[in-house]
Amino acid sequence: MPGSPAELATALRATGYLADDGLATAAYLAMQMNRPLFCEGEPGTGKTALAQALAQTTGAELIRLQCHDGIDAGQALYDWDFPRQLLHLRSLEAAAGVDGAKLDADSVEASLYDERFLLARPILRALQTTPSVLLIDEIDRADDEFEAFLLEVLTEHAVTIPEIGEIRATTPPIVVLTSNRTREVHDALKRRCLYLWLDHPDVNREIEILHSRLPDLPEKLAAQVAGAAHKLRQSDLIKPPGVAESLDWARALQLVGARHLDVESAARTLGAVLKYREDADRVRNQLDALLAS
Amino acid sequence: MARTSPPTPADTDAEAGGDPVLGLVGFAEVLRSAGVPVTTDRVAAFLQALDTLDVTSRMQTYWAGRLTLCSDPDDIVRYDLAFEAWFEPAQGGRTRVRDDRPPPAPKLASLAPTREGEGEDDEQEAGPEIKAAATGTEVLRSRDLAELSGAEREHLRRLLALLRPEPPTRASRRKRRSRHGEADPDRTLRAALRNHGELSDIRRRDVSRRPRKVVLLIDVSGSMEPYADALLRFAHVFVRRSPRSVEAFTLGTRLTRITRELRQRDAERALTAAGKAIPDWSGGTRLGEVLAAFVNRWGQRGAARRAVVVVFSDGWERGETELLGTQVQRLSRLAHQLVWVNPHAGKDGYAPVQGGIVAALPYLDQLLAGHSLDTLEKLLKVVRDA
Repeated sequence: MPGSPAELATALRATGYLADDGLATAAYLAMQMNRPLFCEGEPGTGKTALAQALAQTTGAELIRLQCHDGIDAGQALYDWDFPRQLLHLRSLEAAAGVDGAKLDADSVEASLYDERFLLARPILRALQTTPSVLLIDEIDRADDEFEAFLLEVLTEHAVTIPEIGEIRATTPPIVVLTSNRTREVHDALKRRCLYLWLDHPDVNREIEILHSRLPDLPEKLAAQVAGAAHKLRQSDLIKPPGVAESLDWARALQLVGARHLDVESAARTLGAVLKYREDADRVRNQLDALLAS
Repeated sequence: MARTSPPTPADTDAEAGGDPVLGLVGFAEVLRSAGVPVTTDRVAAFLQALDTLDVTSRMQTYWAGRLTLCSDPDDIVRYDLAFEAWFEPAQGGRTRVRDDRPPPAPKLASLAPTREGEGEDDEQEAGPEIKAAATGTEVLRSRDLAELSGAEREHLRRLLALLRPEPPTRASRRKRRSRHGEADPDRTLRAALRNHGELSDIRRRDVSRRPRKVVLLIDVSGSMEPYADALLRFAHVFVRRSPRSVEAFTLGTRLTRITRELRQRDAERALTAAGKAIPDWSGGTRLGEVLAAFVNRWGQRGAARRAVVVVFSDGWERGETELLGTQVQRLSRLAHQLVWVNPHAGKDGYAPVQGGIVAALPYLDQLLAGHSLDTLEKLLKVVRDA
């Protein structure tokens, strides 16, 4: 367990994740205060990657819950394996038929709702696994009922299963929630979390990120890609590129054997950075300006 | 809630006898009056965070507060200002809190800076406004809605408050128990277990209905001024009725999200709050650019996806209408239905010939009037059935 935000930043750096002061402080506080970390920001600013890096740094297992419209407790928490329960019941009956013994209803029921028939979904699994990092990805896609249900789990670090009782985490998992702000998440949930807004990195940090992820990338190319991505973000596109897109772009340039970013190589690999036809058309006409520096 | 003027560091230091905790609580009070909704549990979390960190480090103090007291990118802008004011009084050497990082994308999306050589004829009026908008902190023109008067208006307000908007619905992925529909293996097997494994009958489930999102975009530029108060009240009623599925924005020289303000129960308070939030009250309009800001920042991410989008505007566009056309097209591709409400459309002899409306018309599902209570009620019906 790192003793300060700076130590945590160093540990994260070793995994290839470059955290600035704010991010390191946020992650450090989340661990020290046992509070979930609520990460918001433009897509591609490293929200999901943060959870992965934290898991790697702390040697914890990363358990991911992808939220979607209509997600409910059965998909997130636990469910009973009904078919296996039924089979179990049938085999009990068959055995009783052979022996001629009478089945005791209570003990049958107890054996049916045994933990071995419990299907642990991501949240329960995160509570049972020590240590673990629970990533609740894109919480803005789930609905209000689901948020309300998360409140209990995130503050108590425990769930109650009627047939079994309370399951409590021995060590609370590190919880990272991400949101792309497609919808406002309820304040009750945010209040229980630390709030981290992630921006796109500045050019220098992005160059560092490119280097740490793609060690073979020539220095000049990294600087050019970061510079161009920075300009693209300021030029009012439908979908400005995130760090993930810069990484894709750098990889694509390496694959086509480009040694530096020029009009030709940029035109060939533009699909790695820009995901809208309108954006691509616009940028293709101004490649000279984009690459000039 | 009576709100007194925020304390200054000097006040609180005197009161507290230098107690740092009280000093920090005073900081929370400053933030609150700057508009950041700081609750006591957030202050408690702030103190707890400081406990874990190094209080003597300015950087760590800054982050302890920002991570615990803010909950929205808009809050961060206010936080930065308050932090600098509180922890670094003006006479001291003003070090910058944050380096050269750009401010977080505010929800009050500022428009692109003025472009030279575009719409020169209205630069005089719109130029300074837009520039001010780009700084993101100012209030261009605000107006106290409480000052509106007139018996008829008063009457209309009451009638508006009585509207009962129903949001449209859509099929949800979440299934609910039902007599019809597909078999529900979970409940069937659970019932069988209770019955000692005897499959007696098949339980079923069917799709449930959920409210569909509704987005109200209200033009508050000068030409729409006579309608703005009524339309905002209309939006308030709608947002209050379904706070989770209705979003409201105003369009002027810039885009302002007013959903949060309109969620307050009391209409007058909600409207005053919304009026404060709108910096460009009855200013100019650049419909195309503001719609682009909406589609980029909100629409595309989800607010307008498969939603019923209602634009209240007379379609008065100063600049080129080409941009407006493409943005309306994008919006119509995202939305489930796109309805345009033009107060002038209800008047005798109206024909959709203004540039803005002509550009938008091909992509609209409906063009409605919205100049009277009747027509607003009709709009409610259209939205409900969308």
